[in-house]
Amino acid sequence: MALNQETIKNLSVLARLRLPAEREEKILGDLQSILDWVEQLKEVNIEGIEPLVSVTQGTAPMREDVVTDGGLQAELMANAPEQVQGFYVVPKVVE
Amino acid sequence: MTDLVNLTIAEALDLLNKREVSSEDLTRAHIEEMGKAHVLNAFITETPEIALAQAKESDERRKAGKVGLLEGIPIANKDLYCTKGIRTTAASKILSNFIPPYESTVSQKLKDAGTVMLGKLNTDQFAMGGSTITSYFGATKNPWNLDLVPGGSSGGSAAAVASGLCMGATGSDTGGSIRQPASFCGVTGIKPTYGRCSRYGIIAFASSLDQAGPMARSVKDCALMLNAMAGYDAKDSTVANVPVPDFTAALTGDIRGKKIGIPKEYRPDGLNADVAAVWDKGIQYLKDAGAEVVDISLPHTKYALPVYYIVACAEASSNLSRYDGVRYTTRVEGNSLDELYENTRTDGFGDEVVRRILLGTFVLSAGFYDAYYTRAQRVRRLIYNDFVEAFKSVDAILVPAAPTPALTEKALKEMKPVDVYLGDVFTTPASLAGVPAISLPVGLSQGGLPIGLQIIGKHFDENTVFQIADVLESQANFDQTPKRVKG
Repeated sequence: MALNQETIKNLSVLARLRLPAEREEKILGDLQSILDWVEQLKEVNIEGIEPLVSVTQGTAPMREDVVTDGGLQAELMANAPEQVQGFYVVPKVVE
Repeated sequence: MTDLVNLTIAEALDLLNKREVSSEDLTRAHIEEMGKAHVLNAFITETPEIALAQAKESDERRKAGKVGLLEGIPIANKDLYCTKGIRTTAASKILSNFIPPYESTVSQKLKDAGTVMLGKLNTDQFAMGGSTITSYFGATKNPWNLDLVPGGSSGGSAAAVASGLCMGATGSDTGGSIRQPASFCGVTGIKPTYGRCSRYGIIAFASSLDQAGPMARSVKDCALMLNAMAGYDAKDSTVANVPVPDFTAALTGDIRGKKIGIPKEYRPDGLNADVAAVWDKGIQYLKDAGAEVVDISLPHTKYALPVYYIVACAEASSNLSRYDGVRYTTRVEGNSLDELYENTRTDGFGDEVVRRILLGTFVLSAGFYDAYYTRAQRVRRLIYNDFVEAFKSVDAILVPAAPTPALTEKALKEMKPVDVYLGDVFTTPASLAGVPAISLPVGLSQGGLPIGLQIIGKHFDENTVFQIADVLESQANFDQTPKRVKG
């Protein structure tokens, strides 16, 4: 898989990162060398092998569907860079 | 009562129990030592006032007969563990002012056990690295030689424990981040079974791999710490609801008849001669102690590294999407919401973090998901199966912790990313399989640097891991103290 400038641009948009032009080439080279290296996984026979998503066995545990905490709004909002009356403030998204 | 900073936790608990020393004495000695070792840059945040207050409270509790598992022991936490009201940065710019409104389960359990917290330890940024040079707060130095890295990502923890700045520390291990720095700094650290410790409140890197664990100056100290750290937690659905044994009870000193596997795939052509020599020595020590050493094969070992980097980066790109300039203190303004996200994230993440987010984004993106991410997960199962198969015939596996002793910061900075990633070659397989693995120092290189070996065990069989490690430790009789460098 050969990456190009366009792929990198697309990835940086998806990841919400802006790459300055002078870094783009370096990142492109780095990612390309990593991808070339992981190509070796193609030589493994994975026919009939299920993906391993988690090493924990069994299903997620169940608990009573009840409120166990609350009243933490002020504490949880304390790290917000900007807030008004308990709401996060962001630039206008709807005209 | 001079050398309070070189005691093991077990020795200190004994002195505390006999009232020959107080938690305040121990804590003051360590705070003084921290003051002399700033050149190491092991801590991101020191909390001496909190520590002294906690030490006094601990001494009061002891007087009142309320004695926790680790009552009065001064420790420090990797700065990935959220500590309520105390800045927690993940060694990043983007969280450089984050004050968690909650405490991680593991650090809470350590508090409940009576420990005193000296501060928050340096790490690679978001635990991404094996050198602690990707920290926004500057690199940590290796106490054995300041030109060398301490390993990582739990490099602050390893350096602090090795140089007597704390008696034990928390680390976290995603692909070797406890075991490799333990090897580089000559200390002991265990990555328990995935699901043994709660991940709640530990800043997430790769959720299917991250696991908390202790780092200390002896196998017994790690067992003592893990006793306090492990256990079920309703706040993390991946923690196993299984009984936690007393890990110190496993230290019987007798491993006669235990079967130890030596996988041939861990001895590639060109394996570092110092590492190979210490490994051979370790094999001989276990034989001398009456264990039966057998050759085994873990055939998919060579694929562990690429699988690891695909899985870990995919999970990281997802986990780190939460840092958006809206909720976590740091914001760089923009004209639109997307611009605000981009400005904040571009400013707040270091190079290695950006590289991994982009790689993770790529392997999860439409058109490439199956070819990279799903394929990696399928090969991961083969790696898992290798261990399950091997453990049908052996009780544990002995391998090196890292392919080399500690490297210089200069050499690492000149290396390509893939060559840097090769440093995780011996640690990622156990991470992908979720099995427990301890790293303990067994010998020195020709150049006088510590080299650690790993003992890997079956899922939830930390006991056998501790039992064998304890015997290996006595046989190796490793001098635990580096030539301390103080500034």
